[in-house]
Amino acid sequence: MVKVKINNLSVWYNNQPAVKNISLEVKTNEILGVIGPSNSGKTSFLKTLNRLNELYPNSRTTGEVLLDGLDIFKQVDKHLLRKRVGIVFALPLPLPLSIFDNIAYGPRMHGIKSRKKLQEIVERSLRSAAIWDEVKDRLPVNAFKLSGGQQQRLCIARTLAVEPEVILYDEPCSGLDPISTLRIEEAMRELKKNYTQVLVTNNVKQAARVSDRTAYFLMGEMIEIGETKDVFTRPADKRTDDYITGRFG
Amino acid sequence: MDTKTKEKIAFIILLIATILVVTPVALIMLLVLINGLPALTPEFIFGSPREGMRAGGIFPAIVGTLYLTLGTAVFSIPLGILAAIYLNEYAARNWLTRTIELAIINLAGVPSIVYGLFGLGLFVTFLNFGASILSGSLTLAIMTLPVIITATREALNSVPRSFREVSFSLGASRWQTVRHVVLPNAIPGILTGTILGLSRAAGETAPILFTVAAFYLPRLPQSVYDQAMALPYHIYVLSTQVPNVSVKVQYGTVLVLVLLIFVLNLAASVLRTRFRRRKTW
Repeated sequence: MVKVKINNLSVWYNNQPAVKNISLEVKTNEILGVIGPSNSGKTSFLKTLNRLNELYPNSRTTGEVLLDGLDIFKQVDKHLLRKRVGIVFALPLPLPLSIFDNIAYGPRMHGIKSRKKLQEIVERSLRSAAIWDEVKDRLPVNAFKLSGGQQQRLCIARTLAVEPEVILYDEPCSGLDPISTLRIEEAMRELKKNYTQVLVTNNVKQAARVSDRTAYFLMGEMIEIGETKDVFTRPADKRTDDYITGRFG
Repeated sequence: MDTKTKEKIAFIILLIATILVVTPVALIMLLVLINGLPALTPEFIFGSPREGMRAGGIFPAIVGTLYLTLGTAVFSIPLGILAAIYLNEYAARNWLTRTIELAIINLAGVPSIVYGLFGLGLFVTFLNFGASILSGSLTLAIMTLPVIITATREALNSVPRSFREVSFSLGASRWQTVRHVVLPNAIPGILTGTILGLSRAAGETAPILFTVAAFYLPRLPQSVYDQAMALPYHIYVLSTQVPNVSVKVQYGTVLVLVLLIFVLNLAASVLRTRFRRRKTW
């Protein structure tokens, strides 16, 4: 089953190409890893999938992105799209609100008012992001009081709270220690049952650990995509081999 | 010269500059306090002027200034904040926005007497509001708008871009993002800037000269269409238009105006500190 189909996608900033003519498919309930050095267009690619790139005034996009067969630029309302395709950013970005209100923010914006319903959502989301036990006694506490790793899992929970179908991760562990990273990777594996996930990462080993398939981006182009074990054991392209073996990047 | 000497010289020059900045302010305050404090009796504050304004109180002028400040707030705060939100959060970056921004910056530099004449032409004469609290408030509001817009935009800009991105990424609309993420975090800055703008308006003379200020009007204004006395204009009158006014009365009036503005500015600082303590990011 194909969840997201990307056809000839290009992204420009001030007419400088950042993503060049990329076509790939994301399958339902898989974790697709996207690796590549910085400036390879990974983040631009990711932020196009929920039209967050449009917030940057000088960006321009061509090509097609189909979510369940519907064109996200023409056939899907962008607010609804962002609800269905959630994102976790590179740095933990809690809103300056309590833990509870951080999680409840999305559902509230989509019209849920009942306190009881919100409490259910908050608990379910925090449990799915494997942080419930650590925060259940201090939900009214400001989210900035949490550690970096906890904040990032809180952000995952916040994304889950609007019941997305796809979750995008933009280098979600770049600022975190190995233990926190491990926790988040465990959470991702757990989330596979219900969600399709795209993981952009600077950490090649992380892609090897968690992703089912891996794509290698370089200078805005996709060099290679395949089953993770194939990409890592016998890459088809010399440049992929150089990157994952650490000869470059 | 070695580094240590240079350091010493730099320190002394910077210190002298700072002292020079503070001295006039301190002297003014001292002068006003020493000469004005003896005048501050209940009769002076709550009474009406008598004997051609040489005795009695200044209550009508105090009330007039309060009304004018309130009127200015009513007209300028909502309009200024809404315009700033539009410019900062909604408007596309194009020549039109840039022209508007340039116009606002220029408005802030227009001399206050020009606002006064503009108010006379537009509100008093053309719209036929007459010399009235309404005309005066509107004139002061127009003068205050650029200050409020600029302060509000700065406050909005100080809210990290990432907060907005998070909100959008959860499917929130632009207005929801402004309403629930941007504004709550910008309010302290907006309030501070707004109050400072108002306190400037409260002390202005030129804009109210032709639009509202009464030379002598012992009864309190009854409606927004009434003229009113106002402290800044009253000070001008006492010091140039009426002969033989005692120094005590003059300084007393000045002290009351300075105190009024001081209270406003103090409120702004208190608000700012209080919110800053609560700020977590």
